[in-house]
Amino acid sequence: MVTDTTTNHEPPRVLDRVVIRFAGDSGDGMQLAGDRFTTSSALLGNDLATLPDFPAEIRAPAGTLAGVSAFQVHISDHDILTPGDDPNVLVAMNPAALRANLPTLPPGATIIANVDAFDDRNLAKAGFEENPLADGSLSAYTVYEVPMTSITTEVCKEAGVKPRDAERSKNFFALGLISWLYTRPLDATIAWIEARFSSNPMVKEANLRALKAGFHFGETAELFESSYEVRPAPLEPGEYVNVTGNTAVAWGLVAASQVSGLPLFLGTYPITPASDILHELSKHKNFGVRTFQAEDEIAGVGAALGAAFGGALGVTTTSGPGLDLKAETIGLAISLELPLVVVDIQRGGPSTGLPTKTEQGDLLHAMYGRHGEAPLPIVAASTPSHCFDVALEAVRLAVKYRTPVILLSDGYLANGTEPWRLPDVERLPRIDPGFATAPNHTRPDGTEEFWPYVRDETTLARPWAPPGVAGLEHRIGGLEKSDGSGNVAYDGANHERMTRLRAAKIAGIAADIPLMEVDDEQGGATVLVVGWGSTYGAIAAGVRRARALGYQVAHAHLTHLNPFPPNLGDVLRSYHSVLVPEVNLGQLSRLLRAEYLVDAVSFTKVQGVPFRAAEIEAAILHQLDAEARRDDDTGGGWPVSPAGEQ
Amino acid sequence: MTDLAEPGAIPLTTRKDWTSDQEVRWCPGCGDYSILAAVQMLLPELGVSRESTVFLSGIGCAARFPYYMNTYGLHSIHGRAPAIATGLAATRPDLDVWVVTGDGDSLSIGGNHLIHALRRNINLTILLFNNQIYGLTKGQYSPTSEVAKVTKSTPFGSLEQPFNPLSLALGAEATFVARTHDMDRKHMMETFRRAHAHRGASFVEIYQNCNVFNDGAFAQITGKDHRSEMLVPLVHGEPIRYGPEGEHGVVLRPDGSISLVEVADVNESELLVHDEHRENPGLAFQLSRLSRGPFEPTPIGVFRDVQRAEYGAEMSRQVEETTVRKGPGNLQDLLRSGSSWTVS
Ligand SMILES: Cc1ncc(C[n+]2csc(CCOP(=O)(O)OP(=O)(O)O)c2C)c(N)n1
Ligand code: SF4
Ligand SMILES: [Mg+2]
Repeated sequence: MVTDTTTNHEPPRVLDRVVIRFAGDSGDGMQLAGDRFTTSSALLGNDLATLPDFPAEIRAPAGTLAGVSAFQVHISDHDILTPGDDPNVLVAMNPAALRANLPTLPPGATIIANVDAFDDRNLAKAGFEENPLADGSLSAYTVYEVPMTSITTEVCKEAGVKPRDAERSKNFFALGLISWLYTRPLDATIAWIEARFSSNPMVKEANLRALKAGFHFGETAELFESSYEVRPAPLEPGEYVNVTGNTAVAWGLVAASQVSGLPLFLGTYPITPASDILHELSKHKNFGVRTFQAEDEIAGVGAALGAAFGGALGVTTTSGPGLDLKAETIGLAISLELPLVVVDIQRGGPSTGLPTKTEQGDLLHAMYGRHGEAPLPIVAASTPSHCFDVALEAVRLAVKYRTPVILLSDGYLANGTEPWRLPDVERLPRIDPGFATAPNHTRPDGTEEFWPYVRDETTLARPWAPPGVAGLEHRIGGLEKSDGSGNVAYDGANHERMTRLRAAKIAGIAADIPLMEVDDEQGGATVLVVGWGSTYGAIAAGVRRARALGYQVAHAHLTHLNPFPPNLGDVLRSYHSVLVPEVNLGQLSRLLRAEYLVDAVSFTKVQGVPFRAAEIEAAILHQLDAEARRDDDTGGGWPVSPAGEQ
Repeated sequence: MTDLAEPGAIPLTTRKDWTSDQEVRWCPGCGDYSILAAVQMLLPELGVSRESTVFLSGIGCAARFPYYMNTYGLHSIHGRAPAIATGLAATRPDLDVWVVTGDGDSLSIGGNHLIHALRRNINLTILLFNNQIYGLTKGQYSPTSEVAKVTKSTPFGSLEQPFNPLSLALGAEATFVARTHDMDRKHMMETFRRAHAHRGASFVEIYQNCNVFNDGAFAQITGKDHRSEMLVPLVHGEPIRYGPEGEHGVVLRPDGSISLVEVADVNESELLVHDEHRENPGLAFQLSRLSRGPFEPTPIGVFRDVQRAEYGAEMSRQVEETTVRKGPGNLQDLLRSGSSWTVS
């Protein structure tokens, strides 16, 4: 174990937080380096949040801006909410990685550049006319030039690895160096490399050597004045894992299957950024999970619905283009009144849009994207680990109300991580499938029969009667059916009754979900910031910043988007103004305006990346300013904030 | 094959038990009636129970079928029945799942699902009611309508080469492929019986008369007076021959093609002997194209019946084997699997 890292240096300087961005070519292994650094930090007890950021192409031409892949990690000694606005440290494996990330690099930040990659060819590919390491253009930053490639090839040569192969280990060199700089022990990474590459001793050896060389370089090169330390955060006691949103969705679905006793069936078609849920679930056959990679999204959701008809927990996962294709089948599920969970990991649209980038563009699609009056419940996850809870909630609603439910997550949550304190699975609430067991209708002649559309009085849900039970044989379909008997019925009055019943069933769920809670610390806020989904971290951090400046601001974050919590209207109306930040062009704000006649102010951005806390803070201050102007003709006087720490 | 010997297992049923209380709403004279009757008459003979039988359909005249069956039933959306049935069959191997579909439903909008269900060998009995027309939408041409067909949407004649449903199914790796027609209840019942007995996806094309929009489409071959001259019955292990006296037959030419002959002109031993179980689908494919349409001698019966692993059973096998190997899943351990750490 290498712990004494301070041989030739001052003792490590203590930082409360740091944001590091590993950036390189798609083939440089930056996601891996970032991921391993995150794991070491988690093991040290830091709070953290991560943001992978990779291009749509698997391998864009090497060395180009289009091919830059980055991984940002924010570690701290206190509770944090976002992967950080701007990096404090940029690891740039080549000129393109530097160029792509310079715009977000604040003055004073540190750049650690792989100087070996800054040759004429790579500079030209990145569009630099002069070498930025040499022309003084980076004078606002602290720049360290490290010959990562050459040292890596050198240390690997001794192990008999060819230079071309050795070069591929340079991400481990970078990881070793950053590990030294931030005093992360290497043991966890060493153990990981040994396990991961056990079948390929040459690669294992090269990676180990590169990792250690990077660490020793930091120690001995006298380049760095000191190393740094970020101490553990006071996390609640418990067992933690670092989890991505997609993994949490998958585990939440497995958990839902266990607590309901319903076998899980996933029907899906691969699509970024949802595919990892399929990959994860396909591993867990010993939980009775069946995964089906269908011929297209229509078949994916169709098979899930067929499985639900048969009494399974039917789930389909997708992203925007797939949700378009599933619309007709979701409408069928609404008409059949069968449980179905549709997971939409949103990405930039329309069309293929920005496949690897995040967006909240599908809310209105989830809400209205079907013909006819076709309401369904919608839930959205706020953070990676919240995906677990929301998956359970989606299943609970689907099963209890015999309805398709759309779960909204997005690319940012899907791939981002945060430490998650594991729940005690024994205490997860059970979900009762409540299958029909006996006929529920008596004919005039006294014979008993089963009517598929007799409703539960409180939930308005119909019975779920999977095939296999004698006496419950019944036919259902997408044609309008008679209230009660379920027989095909074309008459207008019945159609209106059924339409209103279906709507009332979904609207009634409002009584079965938590009230809207507001975070209004001091209780005197005039501005309420309302968000949904993955903006949670940025909004909460922005609110903290505004509060740190002495302002009072409230934050409410929606998990249930249809129906809304029953007290939402009262909450909205109790503030002077309602600010709604969204990574779309204002979809929730429209719903709030339509539903509650409040003058919700929309604040939006659609750049494929999450909000920064500073942007939310600025929007809050702007809103406070507007309020002040409205209330007081002398106008304003609210200071504009410097972008502070969160 | 009426396997009802075991007393008390499955109660004896009659056609009436399989008939729902819903009024049948096809046009009077529609071929769908006789197909419905054949199925309802066959089921009591199969030794299966109503509660473990499911009829699933898409949209079209044919697709109304499930409403008329006193079993579990699902009338879904246009073209998607094979996909929906896939999820059902893959999770409920205990059920008998029948898919009823039309030529538009399964070869136009749902073509993709059909071929993949066949390729995966899902345990389904698929009945394709081919009337070579869109019935429910009132008479547009379909993907099985002949070139130059004049319909409401093709007043100057269709420009499209039709699908040959059996060639398509064989090309899609189907393990059971058969053809029958709505004028011969006995042949339908025998064909459905065979299809039902097959494990995996069974595909049956039924020539069905739509007397409103495409009347007589198959009359030249299925009409009582033409059958013996125009239908070529395929019987496993028998030389392929037809005609009132069996005077016509099918031979395999040295160049690998097949053709019709007068038995008198060849040595009887030269007649092609039908083999449903041949692994190579080449000959079945040729037989499926022996006639260019329902105006030439056309083979009916089982073209192909081979065994291949069935998807749902394989999926269950993986689940069972993994559970034996890894032990039943433990949720708390799963949540820990991403290398956990403890904060005290
Ligand atoms: C998505 C969709 N598109 C179109 C239709 C209209 N439609 C209903 S049935 C049908 C064609 C039916 O033809 P076929 O499958 O041959 O069945 P048949 O009525 O001839 O039995 C069409 C186009 C529909 N119901 N849904
Ligand atoms: S339109 Fe044709 S296929 Fe449809 S019910 Fe009438 S006759 Fe039968
Ligand atoms: Mg048709």
